[in-house]
Amino acid sequence: MRRYSAFAIAREAARYHSGWERAWRSPEPKKKYDVIIVGAGGHGLATAFYLGKNFGITNVAILEKGWLGGGNTGRNTTIIRSNYLQDPSAAIYEKARSLYETISQDLNYNVMFSPRGVIMLAQTEHEVRGYRRTAHANALQGVQTEFIGPDRVKELVPIINLDGPRYPVLGGLWQARGGTARHDAVAWGYARACSDMGMDIIQQCEVTAVRSANGKVTGVETSRGEIACDKLGLVVAGNSGHLAQMAGFRLPMESVALQALVSEPIKPCMDVVVMANTVHGYLSQSDKGEMVIGGGTDGFNNYTQRGSFHHIEETVRALVETFPMVSRLKMLRQWGGIVDVTGDRSPVIGKTPLGNCFINAGWGTGGFKAIPGGGWATAELIAKAEPGPLCAEFGMNRFIEGRFIDESVAAGVAH
Amino acid sequence: MLILTCPYCGVKGEETEFHSGGEAHLKRFGPGSSDADFEQYLFMRENPKGVHLERWRHANGCGKWFHAARCTVTLEVFGTYSAQTTEPPQHIRDAISARRPGWTWREFS
Repeated sequence: MRRYSAFAIAREAARYHSGWERAWRSPEPKKKYDVIIVGAGGHGLATAFYLGKNFGITNVAILEKGWLGGGNTGRNTTIIRSNYLQDPSAAIYEKARSLYETISQDLNYNVMFSPRGVIMLAQTEHEVRGYRRTAHANALQGVQTEFIGPDRVKELVPIINLDGPRYPVLGGLWQARGGTARHDAVAWGYARACSDMGMDIIQQCEVTAVRSANGKVTGVETSRGEIACDKLGLVVAGNSGHLAQMAGFRLPMESVALQALVSEPIKPCMDVVVMANTVHGYLSQSDKGEMVIGGGTDGFNNYTQRGSFHHIEETVRALVETFPMVSRLKMLRQWGGIVDVTGDRSPVIGKTPLGNCFINAGWGTGGFKAIPGGGWATAELIAKAEPGPLCAEFGMNRFIEGRFIDESVAAGVAH
Repeated sequence: MLILTCPYCGVKGEETEFHSGGEAHLKRFGPGSSDADFEQYLFMRENPKGVHLERWRHANGCGKWFHAARCTVTLEVFGTYSAQTTEPPQHIRDAISARRPGWTWREFS
């Protein structure tokens, strides 16, 4: 792999940019791999990357039914934060956030990580109490957050209306080290690094069946033929239920649609990320100037990758109260992704009933921010066939044992 | 947009008139049941890509709970039926079979 650098740009400029290599290869699938990862989204590619980087396992295939990073990795609102309440969550999300800080250097690919700060608005007394509690928990976990008052919120976000008639802004939970990153670049950067290590990224290759014998996976049938493997990783987000059905077990999660939309590009007006969870809306401004807006999930099982119109209306209505300037914006695009939501709103990273099949799923509405941490933990799980410290608490057995990692309130994401 | 017909009041409405209640025909387990049974009942779900039997409430209408058979990939509704049953009636199964030959859902087909 030729490294990207200022010199490379100068060199290519001198020869009409004729020397750029393809960022990753598109090989034909081999007959057998040590590890097959199903799903070439952020988490799948990150898992493969850390398998190679941390454990030296490079005979790996990453299978993708569509195109690389075309699922939730390319559909989220790019927010990165780690201000969670429960210790296991804070650990894995903070690991992810800290990896994001150096990931552009590690991958030699600019993911445009922008630690611009994230505010979660407190708009009810309950939220004020909840976020104060989270700030204390974060202090104990070593995650830097603080509870700030309305004056400071106004200072950070001049376009905000503090005195909304329904939900005035009473303060906020501020994580200065949170921010955004270019979501596609995260997938592309990992893909390029994986390909460079000799891993095969096989796009347009849909898994149609999981082959198993004696309680162990032997391989998968795909739209491009049968491929054998020693270990299988399922990292398919919204399609986890579908894949689990093929493999013959059930999961504690259901798939629903989550939507986002962007406005026309406007001049810079807000340089932080703002989440208003009581009214189900969050807002940030992309580098292109578009206001990126996310809302709540639909209430019913759905695999269509498009959501209901009334949710857009509810999201925009909520934002107009808190950000009056939104009422003058034209919206450019709207899209949906399928998120897999668990009972306690925390992910599942762990073993499955099939001995050599492992799963990373259930991130629900918050998977993007966790990509490096989730990949790190899943790689360790697959390499050692035992969960490491980062994901020990996230096994599926927590449901039968009653050890929930209850983030349904603390995560503050809209449900 | 999802259009449902309430089997009780016969009113056809779009989804904001209804509230989804999740997977239908769950077998409930009470005190004294095993941990595994509780886990299956409380947390494990079919979450199929295709035919799904589910519960809905006509929240902004007659207020009654009912069942619906729906495809999660196309949002096509095969039919709605009474909540007073533990399995889909024959006419609903036929309606699904007409559109999705060979379908299965848990022990039903």
